[in-house]
Amino acid sequence: MEKRYWNEYQKAIADDHYFFERSCIRQTFFPGSEAAFLNILRNELGKDIYDSSHQHTCTGIGYHADVVPFETTMTIVARLFSLMAEKGYENYVPSCVTSFGVITEIIEKWNENPALLEQAREYLRKATGREFTIPKNVVHPSDIIYKFREELKGKMKYQLVNRFTGRPLRVVEHIGCHYAKIFPKHGVGNAEFPYVLAGMIESWGGEVVDYPERRHCCGFGFRQYLIQENRGYSVANTQKKFESMEPYEPDFIVANCPGCTMFLDKWQYTIAEMEHKTYDKNGYGIPVLTYEEMTGLLLGYDPWELGLQLHQVQCESLLNKIGIKYNPNNKYTGASGKILPSPDKPNVLKV
Amino acid sequence: MAKIAIIGAGPAGIEAASILAQQHNVTLFEMNDSALSNIRDKAFLFPDFSSADTLANTLESKLQNPNIELKLSTEITGIQKSGNGWTLTDFHSQTYLFDRVLLTSGYKVFDARRKEELGYGIYPGVITSLELEDMIKKGNILNSVGDQPKTISFLQCVGSRDEKSGNHYCSKVCCVTAVKQAIEIKKMLPDTNVYVFYMDLRMWGKGFEEMYRNSQEIHGVNFVRGRISEAAATYDGKIQLKAEDTLMGLPLNMDTDLLVLMVGMCPSEGTKTLTKAANISGLYGFAESVSEHLNDNLTKAEGLYVAGACKRPMSINDTIQDARAAALTILQNL
Repeated sequence: MEKRYWNEYQKAIADDHYFFERSCIRQTFFPGSEAAFLNILRNELGKDIYDSSHQHTCTGIGYHADVVPFETTMTIVARLFSLMAEKGYENYVPSCVTSFGVITEIIEKWNENPALLEQAREYLRKATGREFTIPKNVVHPSDIIYKFREELKGKMKYQLVNRFTGRPLRVVEHIGCHYAKIFPKHGVGNAEFPYVLAGMIESWGGEVVDYPERRHCCGFGFRQYLIQENRGYSVANTQKKFESMEPYEPDFIVANCPGCTMFLDKWQYTIAEMEHKTYDKNGYGIPVLTYEEMTGLLLGYDPWELGLQLHQVQCESLLNKIGIKYNPNNKYTGASGKILPSPDKPNVLKV
Repeated sequence: MAKIAIIGAGPAGIEAASILAQQHNVTLFEMNDSALSNIRDKAFLFPDFSSADTLANTLESKLQNPNIELKLSTEITGIQKSGNGWTLTDFHSQTYLFDRVLLTSGYKVFDARRKEELGYGIYPGVITSLELEDMIKKGNILNSVGDQPKTISFLQCVGSRDEKSGNHYCSKVCCVTAVKQAIEIKKMLPDTNVYVFYMDLRMWGKGFEEMYRNSQEIHGVNFVRGRISEAAATYDGKIQLKAEDTLMGLPLNMDTDLLVLMVGMCPSEGTKTLTKAANISGLYGFAESVSEHLNDNLTKAEGLYVAGACKRPMSINDTIQDARAAALTILQNL
C-alpha cells in the first residue's frame, strides 16, 4: 500500500486578514496570476487581503546572485514588514516563492540570532525612521489555495478530468526550491513529496504524475541563468526533467514558483529549436500553468483574462480536454478592444 | 528461591532464564505469541552462515526447565518499585510481584518510511533488509513485478548515523548483514549484479573482514562509497538511484531492480515505555546501565537489570554473552 509518510504534515495557515507582497517578475511572466489570486481570495472566499501600493522588492534575485548583501536584504524585508504592521496585519503572504524563502530565512536567522534582529531594527530606523513587527504567520499563496481547496471545489465549473475519456488529467506538479527545500517544515507535506500542489490536483479530480526526476531542478537556478555562459546547464536541467516525464504523457504542468513556471514553459521552445524535440506526441509541447491559472480556469475565469496567451506553450489543447469555453478571437484582443499583434510562430514547436 | 521476572523472550531473555532457573523461579514474559521472532525471521547468521532456526531451536530447548514459566502474548506495560521488589503490570492490568527484574525487551528496526526520499512504502521495488531476509529464507528473490532481479542495490545506514532522522549512533550489525546478504544473493543468483552503497564499512567482528574480502574476490559484489540521495520509480518499474561515488568523485545515476535499505536498530516500544517508567531511560530511549565498563547489567534502580539490545544495538552473539553476564550479576546480588 503506497503511503507518503509526510502527507499529513501540515503547517499553520492563517484563516483570514492577509498582507500581500507582490512579485517583481510574476506580473511580467504571468500577468493575470496575481490578479486572479486576489480575486479568488476576495470574491470567491470572502477573505480580507491587503495589496499595498508602497511595496517593493525583497531583493531575492540579487541576494541569491550575491550582489545584494544580507544586511541590505534584511533591512528591506524589515521595511516590508513595517508596511504590514502599519496597516494592522499580522499574516504575511509573499506572492513569489523566492520572497517566501528570503522571508522565512530571515525570520529564522532573527530567531536564532536576536542581535541580527536588533541590527535590522537599527538599520531600518536610521534609513527610514520606521519600526516593524515580525509577522505571526508567513504563508505562500499556494498554501492558502491549498487550505481552501475543498471550499473552492464547490464553486468550480470544471474538474481536472479529460472530457473525452472521462479519465483524470495527468498533472506534473513542481515545487519551487525556496518553498520547501530551504526549510522543509514550512512546506505542506515537507520537501520530498510536497503536497501543496498535489493536494489541489487530487481534490480537483486530477492525477499526480510521479516520475523519476520529479525533484530535479527546473533549470531556473539563479547562477545558471543569470550568467549567459551557464544557460546551457539551465536548459540541460530542464531537458532532463522533460525526458523523464515524457513516457507518462502528462496533460499539463503546474508550479508554484515564477522561475519554474517560466523556464519549464519557455525552454520547451529552446529545446525544440536546439534538438527538434517536443514533449507531447502532437508537437505542441506540454502546457505549464501557475496554480492561480489552474484554479482560475476551473472556476470558469476567461483564459485570456488569466493571460494564458502569454505562455510559450499554448493552452488550447488543455482547454479542450477540460471542456473550458473560450473565444479564440479574443486571444490577442487588448482590454480596450484593440486587436493586438500576434507573436511570430516558432520553427518547431507548434502553436 | 527468589522470584525473578524477565521481560522479553529473545536470545537474551532465554539465555538468562536458563541460567537463573538453575537456582530460582523465573517468569519469562513475551508480548508476541512465540519466542525468538527476531532470530526466526532470519535465514542464516553471520559470520559462519549457520542456520538461524538451528540456533533458535537450541535456545528454545533451554526453556525445558520446571523453574521457568513462559508467558506468551503477555505484554508488560508497567513497572514500579514495590518495597524490596518490583511490581509489573500487563496490558490486561494484571499485576505481578517479583524480587528481581531483568529487562531484555530488545529493539525494533527503524521505520524506513521516515526517509521518504528513499521511497520505502511508496515504490514496491524498495524493500528493507528484513524483507530481503524473508525472500532469502523462502529461497525466492523477486523484483517488484515478479521477475528475477538483474540488479540489487543495498544502502547502508538507513536510520543510523543519520542526523536527519535523529539517530546519530551506529547500529553495528548492518554492515556485516549487507555483506552476508550480498553473498547469499550471489550464491542464489550468480548473474545478478549486486551493489552496496556505504559511508564506511565497520567490519569489527571475528571473520567479518574476511567475509567482506570474499564478497568481492569470490562473489563479485560491488562496493560503492557514497550515499544514495534519492530513489524514484521509473516507467518500467525499476528504481532510479542518485548517488555520489566519493572514491571516483563523480555523481552516479543508475537503475536497479531492488533497493534494499539496511534499516538500523531502535529501542522497541516496550524498551522505551519500561525504561521511562523505571527512570533508567538513556540516549534515544535505550536502557541505561550504571557503567558500560564494569556494571553494564546493573541499573541505578535497585533490583532492575538490563541485557541485550534494549541497551544499544548488539549482535546476537554479543546479546547472548551479555545475557550470561546479566544472569551472573543477578546471582551475585541476590
